[in-house]
Amino acid sequence: MTGYTIEVPGDAADSLRLRRHRTLTLRCLGPGANVSMLLYALEDRTERLNVPDTLKAQMSARVAAPMALMSDMGRALASVTGSSLDWHDAITGHGLSGLGGGGVGVGAGGGVAVGAGGGGARRGLLDELAKHGLDRRDLHATVNFFSKVAPVGDARGTLVYEPGHADEGDWVTLRAEIDLLVVLSTAPHPLAPAASGSASAGASGSVPGVRLEIDESPAPGAEDATRRFRAESARALELAERSHA
Amino acid sequence: MSDEFDLDDVIEAGDGWIGEIPAGTLLRITDLHGNQAVDTLFYDAHDYANRYSAVDTIREQGALYLTTGSTLLTCDGDALATIVEDTCGRHDTLGGACSQESNVVRYGGHTRYQPSCRTTFLRMTRKWGRGLGKRDLGHNINFFMNVPLTPDGGLTFEDGVSAPGKYVQLRAERDLLVLISNCPQINNPCNGYDPTPIRLTGRRP
Ligand SMILES: [Zn+2]
Repeated sequence: MTGYTIEVPGDAADSLRLRRHRTLTLRCLGPGANVSMLLYALEDRTERLNVPDTLKAQMSARVAAPMALMSDMGRALASVTGSSLDWHDAITGHGLSGLGGGGVGVGAGGGVAVGAGGGGARRGLLDELAKHGLDRRDLHATVNFFSKVAPVGDARGTLVYEPGHADEGDWVTLRAEIDLLVVLSTAPHPLAPAASGSASAGASGSVPGVRLEIDESPAPGAEDATRRFRAESARALELAERSHA
Repeated sequence: MSDEFDLDDVIEAGDGWIGEIPAGTLLRITDLHGNQAVDTLFYDAHDYANRYSAVDTIREQGALYLTTGSTLLTCDGDALATIVEDTCGRHDTLGGACSQESNVVRYGGHTRYQPSCRTTFLRMTRKWGRGLGKRDLGHNINFFMNVPLTPDGGLTFEDGVSAPGKYVQLRAERDLLVLISNCPQINNPCNGYDPTPIRLTGRRP
């Protein structure tokens, strides 16, 4: 079944199976939404998203269309087919209680306090992983959709979190290239300035949720944007296709 | 673990090392010939799931590169080790470990049967036993490797910033299990296209 949607409130976690060549669109329901995502091959959950492999193969410090999200086995798990934003963070992890944000500054227009971070995504991610027989050994670097943390370009690689990066209605679409287990949390990014001391605070500081939209997609053709992006992206797609040949 | 600890091993290019390092130990990794990438993973010796986390380490120090003063954190936010001396000045923790599969993606099918760090990691976990395996391979540190990220979102692999005799010294903040692959990669400049041996020394302070 496709063409359905799920509304996930802020500061919640969920998991779903996404079959090959179906798309998952994430749409922000308010400004400052964040989705921290883990990805696994459905048929073998020891094969999982590998952010270092993904970034180095495509010479990128961020996740953006039309990159392939690669597993540790070189296969494209999913392709980012489009997004209203050109930067999704994948290098600063997700929040866990009591940790969040020590040394990172906030860019121009930023708030005051940094990194109060709330309870963080960890508990919800572990809750969902446990439903699939997985645990903290299966954690890996998340992609933090709708969040931006960029280096300033100095010798130490100092990072700055950019507040206000995502607005209501911002979106990103992923096309599964093999059958996937998708695990996600809508807890705030660990570097997001806390709204009012607690990230899960109600009223003034509620955490925006996201809408998940699942649809059919054609298989990527010869002219597919991901295939044409880089030779490395094309080879990762090909490795995914070969495993279904 | 014993209070007696003394370690002095040379690890050839393409070889690995796995072993326990007690809390308080000063562990030194020396790049004997320069421009060598040393792929390294750390675990809490008493709880392997509490392992080195590149992204938590980066976020909490607010910077991409590891050098003197960097505290290496687990996924639960615990300190594993602190870099107390560094004559190289910059170490990568976002480039990951090479594998046969990622070599195919990056360089093409002709590299499928070349040696790789992840093969070494897996062999070392097999040798170690105690339940350690593929699921425990997180995102590693590449000592002596230089992978700059740019404000416009780019990433490059550059010639090593290291040179013969450069070293990094760490203080173990808890009992550690250390897993090393001395990278055999010949397809990029991080090893100067010529992998070389490293030296691993450890002592009680
Ligand atoms: Zn390697």
